[in-house]
Amino acid sequence: MPCPKCKATLYRKDVQAKFNVCPECGHHMPLSARERVRQLLDEDSFEEWFTDIKPCDPLGFVDRIPYSKRLVDEQRKTGMNDAATVGKGFIRGRSVVLCITDFQFMAGSMGSVVGEKLTRAIEEATRLQLPLIIVSGSGGGARMQEGILSLMQMAKVSGAISRHDAAGCLYIAVLTHPTMGGVAASWALQGDITLAEPAAMIGFAGARTIWNTVRIELPEGFQTSEFLLEHGFVDRIVHRHDLRTELASLVDYCEKSQS
Amino acid sequence: MKTPQPLAFETEIHEMETIVSKLEQVPAIGGNSEEIKRLRRELTGLIRKKYANLTPWETILVSRHPARPQMMDYVESIFDEFVELHGDRAFGDDQAIRCGFARFGSNKVLVVGHQKGHTLKERQACYYGCAHPEGYRKALGKMKLAAKFRVPIICLIDTPGAFPGIGAEERGQAQLIATSILEMFRLATPVICIVIGEGGSGGALGIGVGDKVSMLEHAYYSVISPEGCAGILWKTANEETKPKAAEALKLTSKYLRDFGVIDDVISEPLGGAHRDPREMANTLKNYLQRSLRELAVHSKEALLESRYQKFRRMGFTLEASTGMTSPAM
Ligand SMILES: [Zn+2]
Repeated sequence: MPCPKCKATLYRKDVQAKFNVCPECGHHMPLSARERVRQLLDEDSFEEWFTDIKPCDPLGFVDRIPYSKRLVDEQRKTGMNDAATVGKGFIRGRSVVLCITDFQFMAGSMGSVVGEKLTRAIEEATRLQLPLIIVSGSGGGARMQEGILSLMQMAKVSGAISRHDAAGCLYIAVLTHPTMGGVAASWALQGDITLAEPAAMIGFAGARTIWNTVRIELPEGFQTSEFLLEHGFVDRIVHRHDLRTELASLVDYCEKSQS
Repeated sequence: MKTPQPLAFETEIHEMETIVSKLEQVPAIGGNSEEIKRLRRELTGLIRKKYANLTPWETILVSRHPARPQMMDYVESIFDEFVELHGDRAFGDDQAIRCGFARFGSNKVLVVGHQKGHTLKERQACYYGCAHPEGYRKALGKMKLAAKFRVPIICLIDTPGAFPGIGAEERGQAQLIATSILEMFRLATPVICIVIGEGGSGGALGIGVGDKVSMLEHAYYSVISPEGCAGILWKTANEETKPKAAEALKLTSKYLRDFGVIDDVISEPLGGAHRDPREMANTLKNYLQRSLRELAVHSKEALLESRYQKFRRMGFTLEASTGMTSPAM
């Protein structure tokens, strides 16, 4: 397989061993939720929650194919019910609640299932007084095929995060390529600490929308992790291979002192 | 009052309106002749029939009608006083979101809303109602002020969407909307949100978290504009694909009430708010008064709890354990 960035010919096994980081140029390719769990959590420590929540088609939405058919196709392709994986696990022995949106499933877009699973997981984190880590990867943000119900998931998850925060718990947002639209404009940018993988695309409006509105060629590096860091919206850019160590360290810094 | 171009689907209505008003001015016929009365009845019937069966795309056109009352029009017609509060204390004073204290009857409130502008100059100054990050920062700042003194908040939503531009991205459009949505769950005062025209995606939701969320009858509220949706699904937004997208998105007030996303549909005057802005303002004023009375009795804790639960219920999922489609939870 060629690296999408440097075009070097790579062996799939080498790439997988490095959690989809190009061994030649360091380009971060999308990582499945399952691999993300393996990358971040201590071996076999992940207890997955709410696995039986499935999507449905409340709008009866039909584009090129019916949404209900699209869901079945995506489920078959990915082996997942929908884009979110949530649960509890350990990062170098530290107990955390971890949520991941997987770009493979309908570009990691947020519909009712993503909203519901995240909300329940955040509520559990609040109840258990645990740090929350959400790894976001979402191309389009809110899932168009669920219409207004997708938009409302932004509010629903935000409400749960506000309570987790009010309970004095830590939330670390990890932004991966791409985190756009309604996902960026809600939980992805509500962390106490915001981390981003290198060169991820993060922003509100897509390049095409901006072009249609202002007819200006977008500058090089626009809406990248580095751009957000420069403009003050990201705390740290962290290489995927350092992420587990950095998360563990940040959880330690934010542990409540017993006084 | 200027007379804007009639909407395409209103051609028949508009022609008849022109005939009736011309006839009324002929002294020999007079305003009360049987002929005119008959024509007026016919016209009313025509408008009623058309407006009872608006397609989603026609609803979009009505919601964007240039003569449709906007936030500042309601400020003028509903409230006895408006003390505008400017600026976000960080970057500027976005004209696309206006905020201020207002009184009506015995109520004092904070009004926050998108303003799209009527004149070209005004429209350009407020980017056609598309707010920048500083607009959301301003709105949140003023809402926190209101909450501090338990002044109820009224948000009038009317935007095609948050502004998509380079400056907006540089200054954190996504960040400011995210912060506003989260913080609105903590405003310890009644919050009433009304979509008065366009409820465009995150730009609308940025001031859209409240204890009551309602819509005017011919407003729309959607995750994406029909143009944007058509562009993604059919590669091009034209006169054929835009109505198809509007249909598919189920973005009208009736659908949203059925989905449990909004509390109430507020009736518009016959033929839409633009045909009788005064009546529309009266209806809205009554609705606001009633809602304020309703919400005033709740304790701060009860208010925040029910605001959370309100959004908590939204969405539809399928759970293997119950084997049925149900609203989430
Ligand atoms: Zn490479």
